[in-house]
Amino acid sequence: MLEKSKKKINLTVSTILIILLLFGLYLMELFLSPSNMIFIVLQKGVIYALVAVSMNLLNGFTGLFSLGQAGFMLIGAYTYAIFTIPNEARTAVYQYFGGGLIKFNLPVTISIILAGVMAAVFAFLIGLPVLRLKSDYLAIATLGFAEIIRAIFQWNALGPITNGSNLLRKFPSLDSTGFSKWIQKITCDIFGKTGNVTGATIYAFIASGICIAIIVLLINSTYGRAFKAIRDDEIAAEAMGINLAKHKQIAFCISSFFAGISGALLAMYQTTIQASAFKSAMTYEILLVVVIGGIGSITGSCISSFLFIAASEWWLRFLDAEKYVGGVKVPFLRSGFRKVVFSIIIMAIVLFYRQGIMGTRELTPAGVWNWFKKTFIKSAPKKSKEA
Amino acid sequence: MSKNVLTLSNVTMQFGGVVAVNNLSLEVNEGEIVSLIGPNGAGKTTVFNVITGVYEATNGSIELNGQTLLSNYPKGKMKKLYAGENKGLYTKTVVKTPDQITKLGVARTFQNIRLFKSQTVFENVLVARHLRRTSNLFTATFKLNYKEEAKMRSETLELLRIVGLEDVKDEAATSLPYGKQRRLEIARALATEPDLLLLDEPAAGMNPQETDDLTAFIHDIRDKFKLTILLIEHHMNLVMDISDRIYAIDFGKLIASGTPDEIQANQKVIDAYLGVTEDE
Ligand SMILES: Nc1ncnc2c1ncn2[C@@H]1O[C@H](COP(=O)(O)OP(=O)(O)OP(=O)(O)O)[C@@H](O)[C@H]1O
Ligand SMILES: [Mg+2]
Repeated sequence: MLEKSKKKINLTVSTILIILLLFGLYLMELFLSPSNMIFIVLQKGVIYALVAVSMNLLNGFTGLFSLGQAGFMLIGAYTYAIFTIPNEARTAVYQYFGGGLIKFNLPVTISIILAGVMAAVFAFLIGLPVLRLKSDYLAIATLGFAEIIRAIFQWNALGPITNGSNLLRKFPSLDSTGFSKWIQKITCDIFGKTGNVTGATIYAFIASGICIAIIVLLINSTYGRAFKAIRDDEIAAEAMGINLAKHKQIAFCISSFFAGISGALLAMYQTTIQASAFKSAMTYEILLVVVIGGIGSITGSCISSFLFIAASEWWLRFLDAEKYVGGVKVPFLRSGFRKVVFSIIIMAIVLFYRQGIMGTRELTPAGVWNWFKKTFIKSAPKKSKEA
Repeated sequence: MSKNVLTLSNVTMQFGGVVAVNNLSLEVNEGEIVSLIGPNGAGKTTVFNVITGVYEATNGSIELNGQTLLSNYPKGKMKKLYAGENKGLYTKTVVKTPDQITKLGVARTFQNIRLFKSQTVFENVLVARHLRRTSNLFTATFKLNYKEEAKMRSETLELLRIVGLEDVKDEAATSLPYGKQRRLEIARALATEPDLLLLDEPAAGMNPQETDDLTAFIHDIRDKFKLTILLIEHHMNLVMDISDRIYAIDFGKLIASGTPDEIQANQKVIDAYLGVTEDE
């Protein structure tokens, strides 16, 4: 009984926090300049959080080591772009391929889901042969797959669909969805003008948030428990009647599904996409986010994703700019130095925080409250179980 | 006579050139407690691994409640290499995976305890209810199976109560003392709703008191869950106490079978095994 009411409180608090967060984002869009760095960090951060969580589902919760994230994101991004470019823009976009092969388009939401489905279909096909082998092969096979898919999407013969090695553009971006029209209209009704509000950040948060919530629900379900059993001991899991091949396939396809969706969201964020950008370096970035956040911690992946994007896109930018203090050039500061510092920071984290920021723990409102009580109100009973 | 639950016929398991189990035939009947004994390396654990589908026997057949779990004959490079008996007796191939065999009603524990290390006592047992689910991926994710989920949890709790681990249910499985970890493994196996329970050295590492408790416990769960039990054990007191019948093997081959009294009096068993263990 007590547990139930605790759960209810947790749920209520979470709901309130989510509403406050979305409202806060709205206020930021309303009052801050749209070129503020914070929007880049928030939008890209939340999209990376989704793909990191999807990778964590596989690496952290099922014990399968896959390195195909960039490949599945590419499939998702292209699926989204190909099906949403407005018909009147296709001649311009596919200028070298006679306006392209596809002459229709689909609504944004459906295209995003389709992006996930396409990625999952590819994952299913790769998984059939590879998931039966030892898990090291999965890493190699998925890495190879990501490289091959990148080459295929740049192949000229597929140009009428993929636009070859040229950019895909003019598809609806984060700030030109139906949602952003709706939120602009509301803003206009209230304040008499739309100002800078586009709803882009809110859209990215809602879309990624729904996906992450689904992954969390899955992990907490009986299937999630089966995944963890496989991660802990395959032989024992199988002896408990868990079909290894089937469950690995499920985890792999779902992880890829959400990687595909995050690819679509990344396309919306970037406004243009090109297959050559989805390099394996991107997968390594995501892997880093997962490791820094804690393998097996969803909230860890989310937190580290924002930190990672903030550091790489914002806080360390100054390292790339040459600077003079009193006529003397500050040593080291030049283009590329940021990457060096960044690598050192990451190495330090990996060396000194093996477990990442969160280990396998999760950050929950109740956990934070308990921690708060324990630290600041000494008499509180020590009952906190989670971080 | 009561009905056959498990039947092994001419089962041979050969690894490369090593014949670990050689032409073994045995039967376990409904409600019986049968022991499999033999010196170290005799092939006892391998028999369990073959029954549960971890290894694919090279030759022979295995049936559970009249259903074929395995039927195999030497093929591929085993065709030439095969050193067992009864080559050519079997012509059909039936192979089931461990999870299918568990679903059909065989559960086991492991000689080297294999608990889910990162999980609590409760979670270790709960996950073993997964195979009897009726929910699918969708209903489970979106909690439309909440009734079944609640049932799984209450059944898990009930099981923990029966095996006496209720008070430690939220502790990490690996933090338990050895004896309790073995009990937890049994509880986890019971959660899969088996007809046949295979116990691989359940008393290993236990003191005499714990071993006595275990004897009562095994009888207890046999009656409560209507089980048939096949067990491997080196503690001869336990074996002689608990077994309806005993099979003794050495170098993978059956050397004797019968009631505890018959086995204790059997010269072959004394030479191969009992004589040795008494010295230890
Ligand atoms: N996977 C394998 N590959 C090769 N040989 C194996 C394999 N598994 C078991 N064996 C061999 O089969 C023989 C029987 O081993 P098994 O583990 O079944 O013995 P056991 O009777 O359970 O012994 P113990 O009492 O020590 O547990 C041993 O010689 C072992 O080396
Ligand atoms: Mg053994």
